[in-house]
Amino acid sequence: MDLDDDILYEDDSGNESSENGDDQFMEMNMEPESSSSQKRDEVDDFQFEILTPDKIVSHMVDCIKEVNAVVEIPATTTRILLNHFRWDKEKLMERYYDGDQDKLFTEAHVISPHRSIVSKPKKTTRQTAAASSAEVTCEICFLSLPSKGLTGLECGHKFCTLCWTEYLTTKIMDEGMGQTISCAAHKCDILVDDATVMSLIRDPRVKLKYQHLITNSFVECNRLMRWCPAPDCGNAVKVAYSDAKPALCSCGHRFCFACGENWHEPVRCVWLKKWIRKCDDDSETSNWIAANTKECPKCRITIEKDGGCNHMICKNQNCKADFCWVCLGPWEPHGSSWYNCNRFDEDDAKKARDNQELSRSMLQRYLFYCNRYMNHMQSLKFEHKLYASIKVKMEEMQQHNMSWIEVQFLHKAVDVLCQCRQTLMFTYVFAFYLKKNNQSIIFEDNQKDLENSTETLSEFLERDITSELLVDIKQKVQDKYRYCESRRKVLLDHVYEGYDKDWWEYIDI
Amino acid sequence: MSTPARRRLMRDFRRLQEDPPAGVSGAPTDNNIMLWNAVIFGPSDTPFEDGTFKLTIEFTEEYPNKPPTVRFVSKMYHPNVYADGSICLDILQNRWSPTYDVSAILTSIQSLLHDPNPNSPANNEAAQKYRENRREYEKKVAQIVQQSWEEEDDDD
Repeated sequence: MDLDDDILYEDDSGNESSENGDDQFMEMNMEPESSSSQKRDEVDDFQFEILTPDKIVSHMVDCIKEVNAVVEIPATTTRILLNHFRWDKEKLMERYYDGDQDKLFTEAHVISPHRSIVSKPKKTTRQTAAASSAEVTCEICFLSLPSKGLTGLECGHKFCTLCWTEYLTTKIMDEGMGQTISCAAHKCDILVDDATVMSLIRDPRVKLKYQHLITNSFVECNRLMRWCPAPDCGNAVKVAYSDAKPALCSCGHRFCFACGENWHEPVRCVWLKKWIRKCDDDSETSNWIAANTKECPKCRITIEKDGGCNHMICKNQNCKADFCWVCLGPWEPHGSSWYNCNRFDEDDAKKARDNQELSRSMLQRYLFYCNRYMNHMQSLKFEHKLYASIKVKMEEMQQHNMSWIEVQFLHKAVDVLCQCRQTLMFTYVFAFYLKKNNQSIIFEDNQKDLENSTETLSEFLERDITSELLVDIKQKVQDKYRYCESRRKVLLDHVYEGYDKDWWEYIDI
Repeated sequence: MSTPARRRLMRDFRRLQEDPPAGVSGAPTDNNIMLWNAVIFGPSDTPFEDGTFKLTIEFTEEYPNKPPTVRFVSKMYHPNVYADGSICLDILQNRWSPTYDVSAILTSIQSLLHDPNPNSPANNEAAQKYRENRREYEKKVAQIVQQSWEEEDDDD
């Protein structure tokens, strides 16, 4: 096979970092820098490539070619094998040469291409076997057809092309199956390869859907690839190694490669996921219930008090317990003068109250962090609009004897502002799960500092910019955004150092 | 109107008449080839012996690429049959192959009566009785066998 080595090399999706990356790492090691800043540099060096839908297909083809150059089996079979190994070429090669090949092919549901004699077609039912060689019955439509009108896979089950087409169309269009369509025969799990599908399907709509399904399974299965999660973006990101690092799609969307969420530095994927789940589900509803209602001490039904009298009679018809709302103890000992609630310190009642206190403070804690998280998110949305107003300002400044290059600081300032907002937003998620210790206090100080300076920068860009002298404002803004940038770096470095040195302790929620 | 599904069902019917499998029968309803009535006779040596169980088979235009909906009309007591008569059988769901025809469906259901699969129960009580108290299970089945005859009398 004639292969272009250069292309293969470029598209190498092996899991080792490329040579290029190694060189940079070496250089970094030689620089006399602290370990934490080295770590940060590495984050910025996370290498990825944006693939458009066309490029995804050619990348897939190259992957297949590359493996094929070694194993030398039909390309369509290679694709099925690769898909079986989630496009991990090394793993495939290893199994292909180390183990039982027949077992490998059986596992992947393909017939071994090395089998010289195709196994005899199993005649499944009735007269078929007896039929003359000229006329064969298609086991799907039961029509007798000349044997050359029938086609099938290596498993030997043959059906007429019309039935094949109908079968594949149903599988593709109705069931959304691509890589996993098996032979139509009874209990046959041999997979239909893509060349067969493409030759049997005429309808361009079905062909297109099939191609989509194939590329989708290629990207989804591939550890080193991920679809850009932005709506209406058809690109995928390919990386050299899978990690929780930021990837920037050509559509402008920045996301975490490991989890696909918006880039969420400094909080880790697991905690962010927990946080999102917490915000989405109604666990806070149950927290509210716990904080604002009590349970009947007898039947445990939830009660919200709507009147002033503290003598409660449970409305649950099967319970009807009399109890005191204040101490949750039985009502009888209270008599007519319940104000001297003498059961106040009884253990059960105390426990109930403690639980309620706990839920209440948990709710307050959540609301505290959630409020701030949401607030920064909201500000971030507004500040994206600043790009438009800044553009007007920049044009105005250029008319006042400033060069294009001189006014670029404004654009940079908004960039920094948005970055800081995003970081701040996620610091609250990080802080929510954080247990208090000395390091967390330092973290909170860093957070406070960054928050403060970010607010000032925001104020400059939103308000002062219209009122003050252009030269003054340039100085002010530049100073401020540099300060913000450095505070952000300090905060992030501190968090990463903490990850390295296990400073962070988490609360159980 | 003739469609691939309808033509195939005509062939199914012809094959069923030419080569009828033992213990099952089926035919399209008078004016609709997409809806069939079928009868399965309880296989001998099972508690279902001598029962005559009626079913309906409803096809869609996607047949034979999609399985039909098969349902017992007669009352049934079986670990893999739901209260509404629908059947939990792999070949009628994810293991369907377009090479199956009506006679294959009916014979598969017949063998399901023979060999229930209590591990994926559609009727928990029946599955439990089948596993733990076979006598009780057989007694219950005998009741619905009895009922299947009475239904027949009602029809006449």
